[in-house]
Amino acid sequence: MHDIELTVNGDEYQLEVEPRKLLVHALKEDIGLKGPNIGCESSLCGACTVHMDGDAAKSCTVLAVQADDTEIKTVEGLTENGQLHPLQESFREEHGLQCGYCTPGMLMTANELLERNSDPDQAEIREGLEGNLCRCTGYQNIVNAVESAAEKMSVATDGGRTNHDE
Amino acid sequence: MTSERAQKDEEHVFGSAIDRQEDPRLLTGRGTYIDDIQKPRMVHMAILRSPHAHAQINNIDTNAAEAMEGVLAAYTWDDLEAAGVPGNIPSIYNVPDQQDADHPVLAREKVRYQGKPVAVVIAEDRYIAHDARELIDIDYQPLEAVVDPIEATKTDAPTLHENVEDNVAFTWEVGDSDAVDEAFADADRTVGFESVNQRLVPNAMEPRGAVAEFDAVTEELTVHMGSQNPFDHEEIMSKVLGHPKGRIRIVVPDVGGAFGSKSMYYPGETLTAFCAKQLDRPVKWVETRSGAFKSDEQGRGQVIEGELAVDEDGTIRGLQVKTTAGIGGDLSSKGVVAPTTTFAPLLSQQYEIPAIHFQSRGMFTNAVPTAPYRGVGMAESAFTVERLMALAARELDMDPAEFRQKNFIPSEAFPYETAVGSFYDSGDYEAGLDKALDLVDYEELRERQTALREEGRYLGIGIGCFVVAGGFAPSAASEMLGLTDPDAAVRKSFWESSTIRVHETGEVTAYCGTASHGQGSETTHAQVIADTLGVSVEDVEIIEGKDTKNAPYGTGTVGDRGASMGGGALAKSAEKVIDKARRIAANQLEVAEEDVEFEDGEFFIRGAPGKSVTLQEAADQSYLATNIPEDMEPGLEATSYYDPANMTWASGSYVAIVEVDTQIGKIDIKRFVAIDDCGKQINPKIVEGQVHGGVVQGIGQALYEEAIYDKDGSLLTESLQDYPVPKAAQVPRIDVDSTVTPSPHNPIGAKGIGHSGAVGPQPAIVNAVTDALQPFGIEHLEMPLTVDTVLQALHDAEEGL
Amino acid sequence: MYPAPFEYYRADSVREVLELLEDHADEETELLAGGHALLPRMKMRQDSPDVLIDINELDDIIGIGHDGGETIFGALTRYVDIVDSDRVWEDCTPIAEATATIGDVQVRNMGTIGGNIAHSNPASDPPAAVLASNAQIVCQGLDGEREINADDFFVDAYSTALKEHELLTRIHVPNLEKNDAGAYVKHPIPSTGSALIGVATILHTDGEAIESARVAVNGAMDHTIRLEPVEEALTDEPLEANTAVSAADHVTNNLEVGMLQDDIHASNGSRAKLLEEYAERALAIAVDRALDSSKAMT
Repeated sequence: MHDIELTVNGDEYQLEVEPRKLLVHALKEDIGLKGPNIGCESSLCGACTVHMDGDAAKSCTVLAVQADDTEIKTVEGLTENGQLHPLQESFREEHGLQCGYCTPGMLMTANELLERNSDPDQAEIREGLEGNLCRCTGYQNIVNAVESAAEKMSVATDGGRTNHDE
Repeated sequence: MTSERAQKDEEHVFGSAIDRQEDPRLLTGRGTYIDDIQKPRMVHMAILRSPHAHAQINNIDTNAAEAMEGVLAAYTWDDLEAAGVPGNIPSIYNVPDQQDADHPVLAREKVRYQGKPVAVVIAEDRYIAHDARELIDIDYQPLEAVVDPIEATKTDAPTLHENVEDNVAFTWEVGDSDAVDEAFADADRTVGFESVNQRLVPNAMEPRGAVAEFDAVTEELTVHMGSQNPFDHEEIMSKVLGHPKGRIRIVVPDVGGAFGSKSMYYPGETLTAFCAKQLDRPVKWVETRSGAFKSDEQGRGQVIEGELAVDEDGTIRGLQVKTTAGIGGDLSSKGVVAPTTTFAPLLSQQYEIPAIHFQSRGMFTNAVPTAPYRGVGMAESAFTVERLMALAARELDMDPAEFRQKNFIPSEAFPYETAVGSFYDSGDYEAGLDKALDLVDYEELRERQTALREEGRYLGIGIGCFVVAGGFAPSAASEMLGLTDPDAAVRKSFWESSTIRVHETGEVTAYCGTASHGQGSETTHAQVIADTLGVSVEDVEIIEGKDTKNAPYGTGTVGDRGASMGGGALAKSAEKVIDKARRIAANQLEVAEEDVEFEDGEFFIRGAPGKSVTLQEAADQSYLATNIPEDMEPGLEATSYYDPANMTWASGSYVAIVEVDTQIGKIDIKRFVAIDDCGKQINPKIVEGQVHGGVVQGIGQALYEEAIYDKDGSLLTESLQDYPVPKAAQVPRIDVDSTVTPSPHNPIGAKGIGHSGAVGPQPAIVNAVTDALQPFGIEHLEMPLTVDTVLQALHDAEEGL
Repeated sequence: MYPAPFEYYRADSVREVLELLEDHADEETELLAGGHALLPRMKMRQDSPDVLIDINELDDIIGIGHDGGETIFGALTRYVDIVDSDRVWEDCTPIAEATATIGDVQVRNMGTIGGNIAHSNPASDPPAAVLASNAQIVCQGLDGEREINADDFFVDAYSTALKEHELLTRIHVPNLEKNDAGAYVKHPIPSTGSALIGVATILHTDGEAIESARVAVNGAMDHTIRLEPVEEALTDEPLEANTAVSAADHVTNNLEVGMLQDDIHASNGSRAKLLEEYAERALAIAVDRALDSSKAMT
């Protein structure tokens, strides 16, 4: 067994894990999070996507021991003070989810996508979501939701910049 | 109307695209799926599946596995038998000419498909359960396997079930063969083709699983599982497990997609329940994706021959279809329907076809059982007919759109009885196709196609028109499927139930027997109620039939019935609630009941709108019961059972425009237009979402997906690495629009929309690609249209020239 | 979904890795870099090593260096850092282009270039780019360092010239010079996005004629290979679109269709057809780029 320390959604945890334990199992079983979901075992579906030190990663393809001393953010950490993140809002408005199983991973990948490219076009969004499978929505409303969230976030950022200039 | 009032209408009105009630929890990681359920003292089960497709089991040795630290037990068929478990999965829907065959939850002496559960092991930790699983030693004697259903019919084919002659699980036919023979003899021309409607793996994103708890004192067995029809699961589990039905409770948490695959009865959930009983510990089982590939019952898998007789002027005279289905090694609990009762009733599709005959046989094969998957039977039916329509148009040198228009059932002909005995309730097929053709500017497209061919570019236009049946009905039809037999697996009909309770606050709790898993019924059901009762959607809580001891009985969410049947049942209860509240209001207003009108949540005296009683006030009074009519019981609640006279018959008109890069065999869908008619739409945004998702599953079948087995019955596409579930960048934007012909017999005028998207794209796309490749003389291509399919066809065409 | 148990070590230095490898010489040992090839196999128990050595913290071999005429990739450089480097796109175009098409963003965030090369998956993208780029692969053993030319490195499916107990540490890639150009194009496998066929090329030109060329392919054979007849057909030919077309005709000169990969993703016949087509497309892009760059220079 190995002792690890990690920060998850701002809270620090000390866990004792078997080296073979996958990060997603540690998050679900040891920490009790419900957001990251397991949809495949071949690292293709992306339902378990979390941010590890700021980068989107499939938590089923990372050992918990590898997450020692890292900062993890899951979909639970997207919401701040009970306020939905613009992506979460847009997914709701655009009907970007049906069964909801892929949604936590989809949101976390989309979040990184928007951090890297604040104004992606539809093709870029589709490419950017290559690592996340959805069997319900046909992706169209997910793409619309990401596009709409990008607009909301750029308005928020521009607003901030204007204030700063003043 | 004040703006506040307008706002309120916007929020609740039937037909508005409001946000879903389900979403806040699902968007924030607060949804609860099977793997999120944790119980004190919970242990984990892993299933060992057969690596062989056909083998005799000589011996199973579980000693080493059981000796492992952390392992509680390992069980095989012998343990089930010793515990007195009947253990055989029955067939729910049946046709008269059908063989009984073994379908044990754990292999008994023999395995008949790769993936068949052979043993289970239970451990303190899921990792240990999987370690121990590897230590179970099984002595298999492999037998010759047969995977192809046509091969399975041959006299020298291996026998799968000793008591089933020639591997034939069932045969079925419908229609008038004499009339068809006559039509074919008389008609000017006939066209025909044979094609494989390939096997598909459902791949709901959440794999199946269960958490079972047993109380050894009360003998209550609670099974949490993903289910589309928990009451069916409860009833069958009672029989398979030999446990009293009154002591089984099925609880359904959030479900991560199903598409039919969570409506069948499977071994895994039963075994989880068995282990919980044996060990007196909560047991969790969550299947891995690779396990799901070999255990979630698969879709399609039929070899279909179709022939169409037409006259020179484009009049259709007759249709003949024969299918041979490879139903797998065990007959699924719902294995009969796809090649029979969901296939044939749609064969007339949107056309007047005077004579139709259909023959079907289900063959046992050494593959995973097949069962309903989104589009069940209807996708096969539409593909067959719509491909024949394209082939006939080509044969007659007619434009394929014009050929269809000539043969459409006219809108004034409804209700329309087809040559296979279906009664279409309503439709306007011409309007649907016209709308689709207008959207793509069909005439201009044909010109562009001709121009591009000059440049060596191959554009193709394909049409897929179809009809789908939703909400199985009437109850009398249950007899036909053997559901009313004394020894039926589930003795039932297909009506739906609902209860609506208006609280003294005016808030509403509504119970409905559906069991949605992504369809958004918590929202659409609430809209139906909000609209009828004049309350806000936020004030309506929906409790579906997802807890068999704490929810009303229901048939569940299968077969396009959630909105039409659930909505229908709720609308009936809402009317009953209004009737009772009206009497209370009349009493309070001191007028006759007939003089009280109800609108937007308020009762008022006809002609004197100043004086009114709100629904909330009536509800309040119903509980106080101090000022209600003398003969009235307190409370404001009503229950209804909705048993419709007919199914709903939705339709769609899809058009695909593709360009084929003949150098690399690549198909680019330039545009995809889906015009659907699902009657009145409760929430257009949700309807659109259903179409998007269905269309992408249809595109998946057309272009990418196939469960490929080798000759020995090994599944070669055993993970997402080999089986392409479409990704965002692999599918086009879909232009969705609709026509509306309300169902005349449904209380809310709604028809189903779940299947449609997964039915129309396959013929539209194959028709488009064969249209594009017409200059090469390519008439037909088998799905999926992979790089191999396209390049090989082009190569063969070149050789032929 | 549940790897078998293993002993886990996290190494802090290359030396420690090599010592651990030697200490566990009798056991099945795997190195854990990005883990996106290894962990999926371990989850499905297709691989169950006794010992796993986590090399993610070997800071010495992480990052991209530039030295004279070459770019030096530390073996543990993540794909994302390669794709994000404008300089790599300019100096080592096929490497950047191939790396950008690997997997998906999550995979590119975790996966490493050295892990990829050492794995030698026939359907992976970087090997052809590395081979076409005439890279030198540096590996370290307990008895010292050695360089292996890319031509000698890729041996077989999942097999390279790396010896047991050697660690791949760096990849040295010669930079494109003035008038040179490179490209990588591929036909993806629909399920994984890996290369059904991927063609990488580098053209060395004087702005008017091709002086020499290297063309390598993924997905066609059990490991990445060069297409020498195509390279020869390009040499000393004018830098123009027609050259690409006619050179691509030589793709299967010394490749029998029967030697090509034949699996559920595509038959060898389809691969032969795709190989010819994608070789032509890769060369056409490279010719265009070379013409553009020589125009830009003048």
